[in-house]
Amino acid sequence: MSRAALGWVVLGWIGYALLPWYGFERADVPGLTGSGLVLGVKGAWWLLPIIAPLLMALRPTFGSAPRSESDWLIASGVLGLALVILQGFTIGLNGWTLDLLKNLFGAPGPRQAGMGYGGALSSTAFLIVLCHGLAARGWCRGDAFVTSSIGIVLALIIVFVFFPVSTILASAFADNKGNFAPMEFVAKFLDRSIWGLDCVTSDLRCGVAWNTLFLGILVAFGTTLLGLAFALIATRTGFKFKKLLRVMSVLPIITPPFVIGLALILLFGRSGALSAALYEWFGIPRSRWIYGLPGVFIAQLLAFTPIAFLVLIGVVQGISPTLEEASQTLRAKSWTTFITVTLPLMRPGLANAFLLGFVESLADFGNPLVLGGNYEVLSTKIFFAVVGAQQDQGRAAVLSIILLAFTLGAFWLQHAWLGKKVYTTVTGKGDAGIPLPLPRRVAAASYLTAIPWALFTVAIYAIIVIGAFVRSMGRDYTPTLDHFITAFRVERADWGIYFSGSAWNSFFATVKVAALSAPLTAAIGLLTAYLLTRQRFSGQRAFEFGTLLSFAIPGTVVGVSYILAFNVPPIEITGTGFVLVMCFVFRNMPVGVRSGIATLSQIDKSLDEASLTLGARSFTTMRRVVLPLLRPAIVASLVYSFVRAMTAVSAVIFLVTAEYNMATTYIVGRVEAGEFGLAIAYSTALIFVMLLAIVAIQLAVGERRLGRRSASANTSPVAVQATP
Amino acid sequence: MKLRTKFVAATMLAGAVSAFSFLSAGAAQAQGALVMYCGVQEEWCRAMVNAFERDTGIKVAMTRKSSGEIYAQVKAEAANPRADIWWGGTGDPHMQAAEEGLTQEYKSPKLGELQDWAVRQWEQSKNRAIGIYSGALGFGYNTELIKSKGVPEPKCWADLLNTKLKDEVQMADPNSSGTAYTLLATVIQLMGEDKGFEYLKGLHKNVNQYTKSGAAPAKAMALGETTVGVAFMHDIVTMVVDKAPIKVVAPCEGTGYEIGSMSIVKGAKNLENAQKFYDWALTPAAQKLGAEAKSYQVPSNKATPVPPEAPKLSEIKLINFDFAKYGSSDERKRLLSKWDNEVKNLPK
Repeated sequence: MSRAALGWVVLGWIGYALLPWYGFERADVPGLTGSGLVLGVKGAWWLLPIIAPLLMALRPTFGSAPRSESDWLIASGVLGLALVILQGFTIGLNGWTLDLLKNLFGAPGPRQAGMGYGGALSSTAFLIVLCHGLAARGWCRGDAFVTSSIGIVLALIIVFVFFPVSTILASAFADNKGNFAPMEFVAKFLDRSIWGLDCVTSDLRCGVAWNTLFLGILVAFGTTLLGLAFALIATRTGFKFKKLLRVMSVLPIITPPFVIGLALILLFGRSGALSAALYEWFGIPRSRWIYGLPGVFIAQLLAFTPIAFLVLIGVVQGISPTLEEASQTLRAKSWTTFITVTLPLMRPGLANAFLLGFVESLADFGNPLVLGGNYEVLSTKIFFAVVGAQQDQGRAAVLSIILLAFTLGAFWLQHAWLGKKVYTTVTGKGDAGIPLPLPRRVAAASYLTAIPWALFTVAIYAIIVIGAFVRSMGRDYTPTLDHFITAFRVERADWGIYFSGSAWNSFFATVKVAALSAPLTAAIGLLTAYLLTRQRFSGQRAFEFGTLLSFAIPGTVVGVSYILAFNVPPIEITGTGFVLVMCFVFRNMPVGVRSGIATLSQIDKSLDEASLTLGARSFTTMRRVVLPLLRPAIVASLVYSFVRAMTAVSAVIFLVTAEYNMATTYIVGRVEAGEFGLAIAYSTALIFVMLLAIVAIQLAVGERRLGRRSASANTSPVAVQATP
Repeated sequence: MKLRTKFVAATMLAGAVSAFSFLSAGAAQAQGALVMYCGVQEEWCRAMVNAFERDTGIKVAMTRKSSGEIYAQVKAEAANPRADIWWGGTGDPHMQAAEEGLTQEYKSPKLGELQDWAVRQWEQSKNRAIGIYSGALGFGYNTELIKSKGVPEPKCWADLLNTKLKDEVQMADPNSSGTAYTLLATVIQLMGEDKGFEYLKGLHKNVNQYTKSGAAPAKAMALGETTVGVAFMHDIVTMVVDKAPIKVVAPCEGTGYEIGSMSIVKGAKNLENAQKFYDWALTPAAQKLGAEAKSYQVPSNKATPVPPEAPKLSEIKLINFDFAKYGSSDERKRLLSKWDNEVKNLPK
């Protein structure tokens, strides 16, 4: 038996015999303190059988044939997990959880609390022991690191995505009292307000599903185009203000929800600054055009272009100049080269950016809420089906299923478009070329889209910053610091500094949760991307879709499903900071996965293979070869997950507690109360913190060095073409 | 090299363990002696918590959410309740929770000191939800915009049908907002169901947007995005106090109202403290905190001084609002789907 496997068996014993089995949150569950072994002896008989698989795992240490060794490990892992799950789900907080058992053994039966450190450690140990057993059987070329990684990621996705999501989706098929009612599902599903097509034939409204789909496709196209323009300018031109452009393009991603919407209203609303100017100078009548599709479209474009940019910049950088130079040597014009070589090589990036833009638009909730007007989309409909006057959770679940179906469709289309082509351009061979400057037409188009857009972003942010320092934006422009004082007052007390501002509490909690979840998200996301692109195993496609699932489901539904799933044993973690961290990790992981996949599909597998042939193990290869090449993807996922943890709203509304109040719920509360100034001031502070974090992440991870000459250092006549 | 790897692994493990213990320790502290879900605005919630902690020494862990969100959360947590008391927020979700048995009965010794409407709410919810404040529905108009439009100042519900106000009235969507549902129920009780729906169809021609949140029309009026907005009068008053050019109107035909309520969650872990809070929150000393936090609802204890800014309930023609009928989930579903089909989908 390998030393790693033995180590995990020992950890399994520690979890069972030494650590407290129950009570992750409260260490003092009445009558249930102590390790699994101690409790089992004391009378919690359902914990005793777990000793059997732990003994079985020790069997191979006494020497046996390798074949039977793997058998023992597999059997131990399977039995251990089965026992933990079986007792966890049949014995609840108030006795038996199934009526059948109540009838058989009498009510209420034994009680138990949620799993603690001991239970969690033992379960993990069983899982890893199982994976080691499978590796010994020859799975994944006998690589225990790969099988364990697959096992862990799969288990995490099952626990934190499938399990909660299935609990709530089950309610789509139930009536309000919880009985199984498939007819009600059909009725809700086929509702005219969802699928109606009245807007084609008359001036009535179309169904909410069509609205959502239309908006999603528009936004996905828009963000991909803008993101591409920014990425091309940042990597392929000699543009002077590149750095500034990069900061500008990232600003919207770090803006808390509602703020962009509010700024747009203050600019384009009927009483907005620009509308007033247009009215006074040109007599253009003030109107309410911003409320509805145009407003939501602009706001989402502002918010999601950075994601497309972050995905695309890594891909554009990674394209090897060698192929482009070959094309030019063959006398292709730069335009032909761009269309036939560069653009097709960007396809993984374009497809992933498009998919993310589409899914983000579908899941976005803040912007349609503020700017939607009478243009309804699924995400807001779902939110108000849960919390609105209807209070119909089943309807929310039905609408979520439709939303999920759209995401699934987009995912499938993306796969079909990418096909089985190869996009590898980063190989072990020396790259002698310099990146081709953009053809004149493309450069001009990029500048023409990116620069006005950047200026527009500046205008929006100017409004936000001004809003933080005036009494009441849109009405009273007296400069004031009141908003900051209310939120972030610091007083000197006798015993030191006292943070008396009303926002400090949520501010600290938010920074803490964001800082904890970002590295976890990046690690799990990139590990998953590595498994998906570099390993072959059955069920890979389903696995890939599973990682997208939590991203595609609206936050409100995720929030409610986390309460339903994690408020009772065996996993009882609501009310802790842990559940917030987990929620963020699994909601934001897909970005790590997508950008990881996009970047990895460019890196030649022969690099890994060279490392493996030289005797390095998978883990070493990943650390020394793959990770350094993945730097852009690491930055993207770290930045994105940190930022999203600070700006997400709808999922956390149900998960915050007095101790873990998040910044966004505070902001939403202020917006609801009409205190826009305070909300904007707080947002400005958050934007500042996030900018600092992004700079820190960039510095910590560093740039990727591909061993190519840079275009900017080159003064050959070709490079001049880039400047318009 | 190997040693270094091990060292790195050990540090990471230690870091992870300390991070998790950090998180769970925080959670343990959060187990205050009373867990409260608060359904009004932040300032008021904070003031209530501070005053209660000062008076009783009981530590309160408070979370603020909208009342619809609190209802959804209490329902989702029913298997293992986290909250003890649900204070504030419009009455409908409280009634719904009472109907579904998510909250529990309690008879406070302060019952005798309360206004009739507060006690009636308690009786109709089978001794579960009690009224703590009340606010009348009304509308407001932006004085500058209405002058520039040359429209006579509206005084009654009927005035909102004025064709000159086309696309100038804003109200919430009754599907998402309790405020707008109150309007729907009010109009039906004032005019009867058929005439009421005729009125809403007429109003539809003048509505520029059905907002999601009930207080949004008040804010839109303050920003000048709409001329007229239908909302609870105290929400509009908050904007007036903030010096927005708005006038509040109590409609001449009479109007409906909401009863902000309080309930004890069924299975509350700190039941005794929840009852203490329940009694305390009904005293004049606790109820006058609302006005200090710029919330101008009418308090339910007869002895509480009514804030001078608050719309005087005695001067408003209030209808005899049937909360039992219009608060029941079947009637609500029926009216909402009727509104969806007959009003919302009409062409302008």
